Amino acid sequence: MPTIGVKRDLLFEALGKKYTDDEFQELCFAFGLELDEVTTEKQMLTKEQGDVAAAADASEEIIYRIDIPANRYDLLCLEGLVTGLLVFQGKVKPPKFEFLAPAQRQVLKIDPSTAQIRPHAVAAVLRNVTFTQESYTSFIDLQDKLHQNICRKRTLVAIGTHDLDTIKGPFSYEALAPEQIKFVPLNQTQELNGIQLMDFYATHAQLKQYLPIIRDSPVYPVIYDANRVLLSLPPIIKGDHSKISLKTKNVFIECTATDLTKAKVVLDTIVCLFSEHCAKKFTVEPCDVVQPDGSVVSYPELAVREERISVKRANAYIGIDEPASKLADMLTRMYLEARVDGDSLVVKIPPTRHDVIHACDVYEDIAIAFGYNNIKKSLPAFMQIAKQFPLNKLTEQLREQVAQAGFTEALTFTLCSRDDIGRKLNKTIESLPAVHIGNPKTLEFQVVRTTLLPGLLKTLVANRKMPLPLKLFEISDAVVADEKTEVGARNERRLCAVNCNKTAGFEVVHGLLDRAMQLLSVPWKTANVDQGYYLESTEDASYFPGRCANIMYDNVVIGKIGVLHPTVLQAFELTTPCSVVEFTIEPFV
Amino acid sequence: MSTELTERILQHLDNTDQVDTLDLATLFAVDHQKIVGALKSIQAHGELVNATTVTHKSLELTEEGRHVALSSSHEATVYANVPEGGIEQQVLLQVSGNPNAKVGFSKAMANGWILVDKSEKPPLVKRKVPTIVDTVKELLNQVAQGKTDLPANTVADFKKRKLLQETTIKSFVLTKGPEFATSLTKLETDLTVEMLANGLWQQLKFKSYNFDALGAPPTRGHLHPLLKVRTEFRQIFLEMGFSEMPTNNYVESSFWNFDALFQPQQHPARDAHDTFFINHPAKSHKFPQEYLERVKSVHSKGGYGSMGYGYDWKIEEAQKNLLRTHTTAVSARMLFKLANQEGGFKPAKYFSIDKVFRNETLDATHLAEFHQVEGVIADVGLTLGDLIGTLYEFFRKLGITQLEFKPAYNPYTEPSMEIFCYHPGLAKWIEVGNSGVFRPEMLLPMGLPENVNVIAWGLSLERPTMIKYGINNIRDLVGPKVDLKMVEDGPICRLDHA
Repeated sequence: MPTIGVKRDLLFEALGKKYTDDEFQELCFAFGLELDEVTTEKQMLTKEQGDVAAAADASEEIIYRIDIPANRYDLLCLEGLVTGLLVFQGKVKPPKFEFLAPAQRQVLKIDPSTAQIRPHAVAAVLRNVTFTQESYTSFIDLQDKLHQNICRKRTLVAIGTHDLDTIKGPFSYEALAPEQIKFVPLNQTQELNGIQLMDFYATHAQLKQYLPIIRDSPVYPVIYDANRVLLSLPPIIKGDHSKISLKTKNVFIECTATDLTKAKVVLDTIVCLFSEHCAKKFTVEPCDVVQPDGSVVSYPELAVREERISVKRANAYIGIDEPASKLADMLTRMYLEARVDGDSLVVKIPPTRHDVIHACDVYEDIAIAFGYNNIKKSLPAFMQIAKQFPLNKLTEQLREQVAQAGFTEALTFTLCSRDDIGRKLNKTIESLPAVHIGNPKTLEFQVVRTTLLPGLLKTLVANRKMPLPLKLFEISDAVVADEKTEVGARNERRLCAVNCNKTAGFEVVHGLLDRAMQLLSVPWKTANVDQGYYLESTEDASYFPGRCANIMYDNVVIGKIGVLHPTVLQAFELTTPCSVVEFTIEPFV
Repeated sequence: MSTELTERILQHLDNTDQVDTLDLATLFAVDHQKIVGALKSIQAHGELVNATTVTHKSLELTEEGRHVALSSSHEATVYANVPEGGIEQQVLLQVSGNPNAKVGFSKAMANGWILVDKSEKPPLVKRKVPTIVDTVKELLNQVAQGKTDLPANTVADFKKRKLLQETTIKSFVLTKGPEFATSLTKLETDLTVEMLANGLWQQLKFKSYNFDALGAPPTRGHLHPLLKVRTEFRQIFLEMGFSEMPTNNYVESSFWNFDALFQPQQHPARDAHDTFFINHPAKSHKFPQEYLERVKSVHSKGGYGSMGYGYDWKIEEAQKNLLRTHTTAVSARMLFKLANQEGGFKPAKYFSIDKVFRNETLDATHLAEFHQVEGVIADVGLTLGDLIGTLYEFFRKLGITQLEFKPAYNPYTEPSMEIFCYHPGLAKWIEVGNSGVFRPEMLLPMGLPENVNVIAWGLSLERPTMIKYGINNIRDLVGPKVDLKMVEDGPICRLDHA
């Protein structure tokens, strides 16, 4: 969920009302926002960077940090937030966006070469913009928020904004070999080529994260003007030549993308929110974007879509009973102008509300405008005879019984290191049917456990101060790779118990096994009893030689029991002997 | 030995009216503590003696005090070292040697025994009086011989000079009690089989119990506190008629974890920063093919009344295996089954409580794995009001009665509501879970009838448990670092019990 910081006094001025923090929090809550923090630039600098020196000169103006739902791109800056809230309060009508008709449109031509790296581009122009320091900062911040969120850190879409009066159309979007590209990057003085650029920004705090998006490509995307002045090398950086400033009057906006839908949304969002600062408010000059096949598409689309929804269905979905006209009013407050047409509502979805893609999104806005907390509570009418998942039922019953037998329950991690199930247990990791995690952040999460044992041994180590004997158990899932299953792995519900004492006490865990089998009505297999469980001596590197057995049930191995090998104890830093029993309980469900 | 001592005390008391235990210690030449010990065991046998507490204050020389008593006070030492013709102060201090020379010098000055003659160059220390009496030494010697009635100010001064210390000794004055006897009958500690068999219990005297002491802890095993809460949550769902979903599949395909839930393939949750992807077994290959095509279509082109996301949906992305990030992946499988079961759709209520995994930054409240509690209801014509009503009932069973709902965004529910509850202990509203109505783009491709709505909610098991038991660090609750003492001492879990 993105968070934006807005200056409180500016916000209240724009909203035309002063609120207390609590009042504003309530307004946010009802609208689906969250006032996350009341702070100042100074506090933020001190807190986030511990930079007291830098903080000394920082402003002490109150800043509201507000959490914005991830799909509401239209609320990611002060301008959009204010409009959204004012419309919600019924204080203003949703703005209508209009196209200007210039004598000659700006043209952006997409060269077919871009298909290799970043195939889409869209563009628009804002005319006669007046920037103040505040709105300029807001404009830059909005691009940053969009880059971080809908643009997926510039992988999907990258935005470039330029001072149109410094450049000359038609513009050309093409892909060139890095060494052919030479320009002075934004706020730099030195000319670099594409390869030098990668080195130059390799350690840059913000920009280094974007370099891998194109670094290894044979060609880099670039936008040039008619005089071969470089506008942008997306998604890394713009050229210094066309940078915008407080004095900029006419803004050329280009978005290059791997996802055209998102590029359109981003462009719509920027022009909708910032056309407010144009001399003629809410007007946009469209651009002609020439596609590689020669066809011409006009951007921004600023499409207003109409969605027809049934009044009855809308009411029923939410569980309210409001007349059509009321629903229409509510929707208008949510930025969705609606009119009644018989037993339907015709809802206009503006270009600021790209999050509305289905009638259910409209229903939600009705519910929000109505107030979630005003909806009458009801209960589903049908009744159902409930059923437990049998494996979980057995687990619950056994947990209770094992605890009654004097063992204490542990709750250990499912993820562990390769060493935990391999080397430390005298096994090679390759010999185990383990599920491996591809992107672990730390060594603690390399694999999914194939046995519950390491977790119990770690719990013992962490509790060495407790008096002996320590008897622990866990009934939980291990995971084994298994090609026969749908995803290639399956959980296995295991019961594992350890006895840790001055002597290994094999008979203690053996006794627990006998007790568990007794509870499961499984007899001890003898000469006279065919069906049942028995122990079959075996050797296992984790266990002391001659002190390990397979637990057999219906002549199948369901687990192991034995005295842990001293080298295993040592690997887990245990100094007391341990005996262990571990078996799957799934055959007994 | 102590039996002998108790008898000696009783015999002594037989011949006298009263005696102080301190005197007994001197008389018997044993440590006073032993006398007191013997007295306690006499008292344990009944009211043989009456004991009244008395407090004795006594003076005792410190190490330094003993030294002074043997040699001389520091000031007397200094005085003695001043020769007839005087001496430089520095030399005097050196000659007087011991670390207390400075104290001795200032005391001797204060007593008017010596003076500093500044007319000499350098100034010399000279005797002021021809003779002195070392009262400090004398008094200390008297104390050493047992004198206690020194003037209070002298005691205070000596204490300040660390020559004396005052000790308080408690002793008991003994007189004969109502059950006085010169010997102790042995008291029985416990009732035995033999006593019952031969009727001896009627004659024997039993030792009285100390009801202020704790009993012997029962030998027992213990259930883990978080799993006790899990049991309680299961119980609540079962009471409400919810059937349990099979969630024993930690490894899941991206398809069921994300795509089936209409979560687009570029969604940040699908980023390696947030999700554990599996590199062995890396991919899933078995999918319900027709359903998969419908999912692909609704993502890329829309349909079912939706615009879709308008992007190029890739099977490779859906095949990627991961550790499920939510149990909703299982809910999706269950709903798919529900839609395609024999006899068609029937209303259903499901729940699950099981582990989910996030490749997140760890802190005091976040681990890479935690338990998700989830409830799902599917029926024709369910409303948001039904969800709200159900949540009230559910949370009432957790002892929570005040709820508020905040609009939220979630890719697979619309409307979506964050659940807040008022926590009287913390005196504030806290977020306790998420809820919503599953999107038609998720349900309709599964084949559920168009008029069926599915409402659902989820919360973590750890958070309410931590709030309930006041645990601040999640590692104190889950994982190997858990303190087994905490596990052993934990109460039973009664969520609706204040």
